[in-house]
Amino acid sequence: MSTVEKGQVMTANRLRDGDVVFLTRAGAWSEKIDDAVLALEPQAAAALEVRAAADVTSTLVTGPYLFDATRVDGKIRADHIRERIRTLGPSVRLDLGKQAEGTAGAFQAVEV
Amino acid sequence: MPLLKNNAFVVDAWATLEDDAPLPDGGKLIVSPARLSRDWDGLARFTGLLGVRLTNTDKVEALAPYISQIALVVLPFPAFVDGRSYSLGHQLRLDGYRGELRAEGNILPDQLQYMRQVGFDSFVVDNRFPLQLWQAAAKQMSLAYQRGLFRVANETEVWSDRHQGFAPWEEQPHAG
Amino acid sequence: MYRYDEFDAKFVNERTAQFRDQAARRLKGDLTEDEFRPLRLMNGLYLQLHAYMLRVAIPYGTLSGKQMRQLAMIADKWDKGYGHFTTRQNIQYNWIKLEDTADILQALADVEMHAIQTSGNCIRNVTTDHWAGAAADELADPRPVGELIRQWSSLHPEFSYLPRKFKIAITGAPNDRAAVKVHDIGLRLHKNASGEIGWEVMVGGGQGRTPMIAVTVRDFLPEKELIGYLEAIMRVYNLFGRRDNKYKARIKILVHEIGAEKFKAEVEAEYAKHPAQQTQVEMAELARIAKYFAAPKFEKLSRFAPHFEDAKRSNGDFARWARNNLAAHAVDGYAIVNISLKPEGGIPGDATGEQMRVMADLAERYSFDELRVSHAQNIVLPHVKLEDVFDLWQMLVKADLAAANYGLAGDIIACPGLDYCALATARSIPVAQAISRKFADVKIQESYGPVKINISGCINACGHHHVGHIGILGLDKKGEEFYQITLGGSSSENASIGTILGPGFAAHEVPDAIETILNTYVKLRNAGEEFLAAYRRLGPKPFKEALYATA
Repeated sequence: MSTVEKGQVMTANRLRDGDVVFLTRAGAWSEKIDDAVLALEPQAAAALEVRAAADVTSTLVTGPYLFDATRVDGKIRADHIRERIRTLGPSVRLDLGKQAEGTAGAFQAVEV
Repeated sequence: MPLLKNNAFVVDAWATLEDDAPLPDGGKLIVSPARLSRDWDGLARFTGLLGVRLTNTDKVEALAPYISQIALVVLPFPAFVDGRSYSLGHQLRLDGYRGELRAEGNILPDQLQYMRQVGFDSFVVDNRFPLQLWQAAAKQMSLAYQRGLFRVANETEVWSDRHQGFAPWEEQPHAG
Repeated sequence: MYRYDEFDAKFVNERTAQFRDQAARRLKGDLTEDEFRPLRLMNGLYLQLHAYMLRVAIPYGTLSGKQMRQLAMIADKWDKGYGHFTTRQNIQYNWIKLEDTADILQALADVEMHAIQTSGNCIRNVTTDHWAGAAADELADPRPVGELIRQWSSLHPEFSYLPRKFKIAITGAPNDRAAVKVHDIGLRLHKNASGEIGWEVMVGGGQGRTPMIAVTVRDFLPEKELIGYLEAIMRVYNLFGRRDNKYKARIKILVHEIGAEKFKAEVEAEYAKHPAQQTQVEMAELARIAKYFAAPKFEKLSRFAPHFEDAKRSNGDFARWARNNLAAHAVDGYAIVNISLKPEGGIPGDATGEQMRVMADLAERYSFDELRVSHAQNIVLPHVKLEDVFDLWQMLVKADLAAANYGLAGDIIACPGLDYCALATARSIPVAQAISRKFADVKIQESYGPVKINISGCINACGHHHVGHIGILGLDKKGEEFYQITLGGSSSENASIGTILGPGFAAHEVPDAIETILNTYVKLRNAGEEFLAAYRRLGPKPFKEALYATA
């Protein structure tokens, strides 16, 4: 039986190079969605917002926001197509973005 | 909040007179436009200097009856992306206003040169930016394509310079 | 085309230094993102779904081979080897780093280019007819005025913090290829009874959430008064445009809310109080600029080009491409070459660095070193000898730039959409690709005749779908992408906003829907009647019936 968990992931853009990053449990920002912490409850999500705000102030990241995601057997997938594209790369250029750099996570292709 | 004027932080000699406060004998006082029109009889005889603080939805024409006796106009920048006062300030200058034109509110050093070019000459600024930053910002661009601006940092007026026969618009010195 | 003098060069170099300093202060934390955002937007730098995006200005869509080559270098060095030509004649790079941006701006300054005011609540790139200076129907080349307005609007101290973005388009031909009627300000050059040149000034057109056609505020403004009058319009907008609601902040809303008559009265009152002064300066500057737009040294050629005719006779592919992609030039023996950036199943408007270099070479060799970007996201070589066209075409074929679909159903205009854009609600490119594949056979496209298909991935309408003959708008319905179809839009001098046909479609249904629409047109058209004319005659009813007929 698969474990399916629904929650929220915190994402932002790294300030200096614009790369899309995700907040991990350790409080660092990773380029890989599967490293992200999944906030299962509102309190946990609020804690992510506090952490992200601090990293905005310290000029590490910009534009942080939470998005809905589902974790299946430890692999995270964004619920909405917008964040799936953000997590993977353009659906029309499979040779670009995280999907080409090996940082896209387990769910590879955006459905057409 | 420091008052920036002529590339230095200066002491502000002006005070705001509330609408219901009695008019003292002298001094440099800023009133609201409502008070200006309501109490003009008394204010016209004021022995000190008169200033007015507008909002950025006021019309410059409304000051017309009083402007020759106004020494300071204060215009707000409620958000640094709210650019209405650039036009209000410029209109005042185009209409011949020669007193001090002051900006207050949200002002970034990166906006200083634009404000000076449309005619502002003093600025109530946040003390989080050091003076050197304001001084550098005042002369970041040494050229302007638009004509009729105030060239406080000796900016080249490009179109006039290109066509040497045409002098740049004559600048009137400010009383401020 | 225009060349910088030492003033222009100094200007872009100082601007670059200013941005370098601003970016450094941002990275140090001396500026917050809220403070930095308008500053970086006024240098063309957006934050998008995957990365920063840089929009480089191509003033009135004109550039040289050297400049195109530099754009290729930037794509290769600082991006991922390609760029996207936009519906406002600019180019965008999708994978930019903030820490590289000042260097990129310097590389642009080195070839007389910039990214000034390609975003932000300020006056944007002035766009024009992509056939300016070449088209047979042109009264006069509008680009000198375009350059005059570009300079006047650059770092304008009074008008850099407007309620919202501000877009100006100008045309010098009666057939308007610049969409002037759907711009914040549209300017149309024409002549009065005495043969003097003046400008019709139109205000308040636009697309987005509330598409509107511009109203005319002056029928015939003498050229020398242009800058002064534009200042009056901008001042009225800056003072009275709404700032309480981002979606009601364009000048079109102001014109609509106070009414055209009252708006015109405000502008005239402002202009009367502050009329254009010392206009000899503007006119001297305009005359100086105009010298750069003097016609190239065309040869005296016959209208009949035997090599060209032979090539058409012997090469069917070339004949097809020549029939669809060439436009009539004002000078005998020359043609306007339209390079379609819409290969079958390709991404509309994208070009690789290598393709940009090929086009640069072709421009230098065959087109007096000049290229244009059209707001249909294609590239134009404006002045090519008919006798050179076959050689040129063969090189286009080698570079995969020879799609013979210019102005046809495969020549789709599409914004980047949800694949790239943080504002989008749906993807636009895959829909364009699917339609393009469906009509891959150019013969089928030719059977439909000229038709403009525009796709926008959200209500901001950067794909200009409101003025597409067939417009497609991508929306989000309960987390699923779905697409609304409009018909009958036009950006010409007889501008119109398209009407929504009915309920939307899922992505996979759209190509069939387009085919149904086009087949309905074919069934009902009069001999020689193009799609838009047929739609205007027939109205939406037969198309609705065909699309939504219950099986």
